[in-house]
Amino acid sequence: MALTRSVHPTFAVLERHLTLYRRLWQASVFSSFVMPVLFLLSIGIGVGGYVGSVQGVDYLSWIVPGVLASTAFQIAVGESTYAVLGDFKWVRAYHAMRATPVNVADMVRGHLLYLVFRVTVTVLAFLVVVVFFGGLHSPWAPATVLVCALVTVAVAAPVTAFAATIDQDSYFALLFRLIVLPAALFSGVFFPVEQLVVGFRLLAYASPLWHAVELCRAATLGRAPAWPVWAHAGYLLVWAVVGVVLAVRAFRGRLED
Amino acid sequence: MVTTLVVSRLSPGRVGAVINRNVGALRSGPSYWVVLLSGFFEPLLYLLSIGVGVGALIGELTVDGRTMSYASFVAPAMLAVSAMSGALAETTFNFFFKLKYMKTFEAVLATPVRPVEVAVGELVWAIVRGSLYTAIFLVVMVAMGLTEAGWAVAAFPATVLVGLAFGGLGMAVSTLMRGWQDFDLLSTGQFALFLFSGTFSPVRDYPVGVEVLIQVTPLYHAVELVRGLCMGVPGWGLLGHALYLAVLAAVGVWFASRRLERTLCA
Amino acid sequence: MADQPLIVARGLVKRFGDFTAVDGIDLEVAPGEAFGFLGPNGAGKSSTMRMIGCVSVPTAGELRILGMDAVRDGPRIRARLGVCPQLDNLDPDLTVRENLVTYARYFGLSRAESRRRADELLEFVQLSDRANGKVEPLSGGMKRRLTIARAMVNEPDLVLLDEPTTGLDPQARHLLWERLFRLKQRGATLVLTTHYMDEAEQLCDRLVVMDGGRIVAEGSPRSLIETYSTAEVVELRFPDGLEGVAGHAAALAGVGKRVDPLPDRVLVYVDDGDAALAEVQRRGLEPSSVLVRRSTLEDVFLHLTGRTLVD
Repeated sequence: MALTRSVHPTFAVLERHLTLYRRLWQASVFSSFVMPVLFLLSIGIGVGGYVGSVQGVDYLSWIVPGVLASTAFQIAVGESTYAVLGDFKWVRAYHAMRATPVNVADMVRGHLLYLVFRVTVTVLAFLVVVVFFGGLHSPWAPATVLVCALVTVAVAAPVTAFAATIDQDSYFALLFRLIVLPAALFSGVFFPVEQLVVGFRLLAYASPLWHAVELCRAATLGRAPAWPVWAHAGYLLVWAVVGVVLAVRAFRGRLED
Repeated sequence: MVTTLVVSRLSPGRVGAVINRNVGALRSGPSYWVVLLSGFFEPLLYLLSIGVGVGALIGELTVDGRTMSYASFVAPAMLAVSAMSGALAETTFNFFFKLKYMKTFEAVLATPVRPVEVAVGELVWAIVRGSLYTAIFLVVMVAMGLTEAGWAVAAFPATVLVGLAFGGLGMAVSTLMRGWQDFDLLSTGQFALFLFSGTFSPVRDYPVGVEVLIQVTPLYHAVELVRGLCMGVPGWGLLGHALYLAVLAAVGVWFASRRLERTLCA
Repeated sequence: MADQPLIVARGLVKRFGDFTAVDGIDLEVAPGEAFGFLGPNGAGKSSTMRMIGCVSVPTAGELRILGMDAVRDGPRIRARLGVCPQLDNLDPDLTVRENLVTYARYFGLSRAESRRRADELLEFVQLSDRANGKVEPLSGGMKRRLTIARAMVNEPDLVLLDEPTTGLDPQARHLLWERLFRLKQRGATLVLTTHYMDEAEQLCDRLVVMDGGRIVAEGSPRSLIETYSTAEVVELRFPDGLEGVAGHAAALAGVGKRVDPLPDRVLVYVDDGDAALAEVQRRGLEPSSVLVRRSTLEDVFLHLTGRTLVD
């Protein structure tokens, strides 16, 4: 029987993730949207009252783009750990896909597209809220959606590769505590990285989150970022491309033999 | 604590399912000790980022007529939060897991051990682990000049009390949990406490209604108690905070053991 | 391509490092056939199945499925296969119906077509009333039926079943066999692995017995029994129990084609059971219990692969 294909395998994989998401969207909206808003209230407004202004703007407006990029960063990492390992190890969903015309690149792309969707929904909702706080100062602000999508792929892809390689979920605790949390706290979200001593400043420059924060901040404040836009975007793109290659390789390694 | 920030974005249902199917993985995992020790970095990183990093933007802060650096304002709060999250992690997530899936308690209760003893035993383990973190954190605070050695020694038992209070509360809450989905609510609540209990800015800044609401919640009292001691300003008010925490610990354990008795021995 | 074989393997080898799982096998499977791989654990059945399913690359040899090359045309071949793996990999967080629809989409079926197929197959495996329920609470047999329904979702030319009834209770196994039999009647080509002899006898038109990565026998269940066993088997137990077995076996020499002493009894492979019993009596032997039965595939299997446990 000759099947006429009416959906690309990549989108069939995306569809599976969306079908699952339908079951838990309420909980996830709560954690991925309500939490950053609470964060803005506490740190942006509460602590912001003592900070006054940073680099010429009020503290709330200064951390909004940071919290935005950081939210994307954390969704990307969070959803690429247990979920990916689980789909290999316990659910064996990827093994099920492997027996169909879906190939490993479709699996990786479907997963990343799903995360971009998740992040985009959260970012849009967050932007609407921030408008009411008066936190956006430039017509370029909607460009943060693109930046967040880019950083999502840039960090989700290598983390997915990592999750597809390991066999023990206790490694994730290490990933969160030793890499994700320091990145979230020292990548220019809460204070300018220029305050860091040189060694740590270089680490911040290496973090994809810092580049995303710079681009988002440029977009919401309407000013030039630290480096040229193409340099920040290019750096994130390199992470994304290398990450996807690693992830595809890791998936293949795990599913073959 | 930042498990709140980071892990709260994971779906507890999935994580729970993962752990459910991976009994003992943490202990048998190659990285168990590293994971245990890395727990200490969480409050420290927060202190460095918000306390020192954002603190540099703030400079000094005046609360109740006392002027201090922002870092020394935030540090005791991070200490209290660390004691809270250590105790809650052990008594909610892990406790619930054992209650629901591992049948550990049913096995234990088949022996002459009474439920209340099980509950207290769980709590003690939570406190031992949490105290390890707070002790190291206090040493770091002294080294950074954020408190004096003598007051740090005085603050240590206070952090143990904080752990007991949240441990009792956590166990009581666990016995009421219907499923992993409830952990979403719990972690959101924990996150809200973390952000608004006078941790990063004085509660006085909030509107009166909000301020009163905060003063009813436990982390506020924990932060006030630990901060008072670390700052070296003892007072009768601290006794009130300590009393609140002691009552919370007692009521929590009492409630949890009653519920355990009812569900397991029914 | 009506009568072209669906599977052709020539000198097929699979090695994992130093370990040779499949050691140069040749086989052909014709359309409409129910073909079985029989063998103890570690015989190489699952490795062979995974190569046929195009998820594992052969180390050497030639493998053509549906007239295509298993290595080069993997995705095109997989589009026409239905696979029921040894370990269930249903999605526990999706409903029963969603599992089928999601899987159908992997094959590129339209949404409407996916739903239609899902409902039709749920009917076929008798799970319609569970369609909107979760997978987790289903029994082992129900999960297996759902997995088989899932394997049928693309109307495959070839269905691969890796130990389809392992771990199921007798009722669930019989229900599953009945469904698989109906599938066969509809003209589906089935390839299955099993270590249950009754399953192989029930379902397979033709089978191969594998041991140590090689094919040690091939044929229909009947012909295998004729070739490697006798029409009947006489089972004898003796009152002196365990000690005497060796001596009794010696005393029975020549009664049948072959005498197989077990720890608790002696099996005598014969063409005529009654004649053999008469001979036993004539020799003055006094067994405490006697059973004459037809030879089964199990006798063939144990004869070919030995009685040593290979776990």
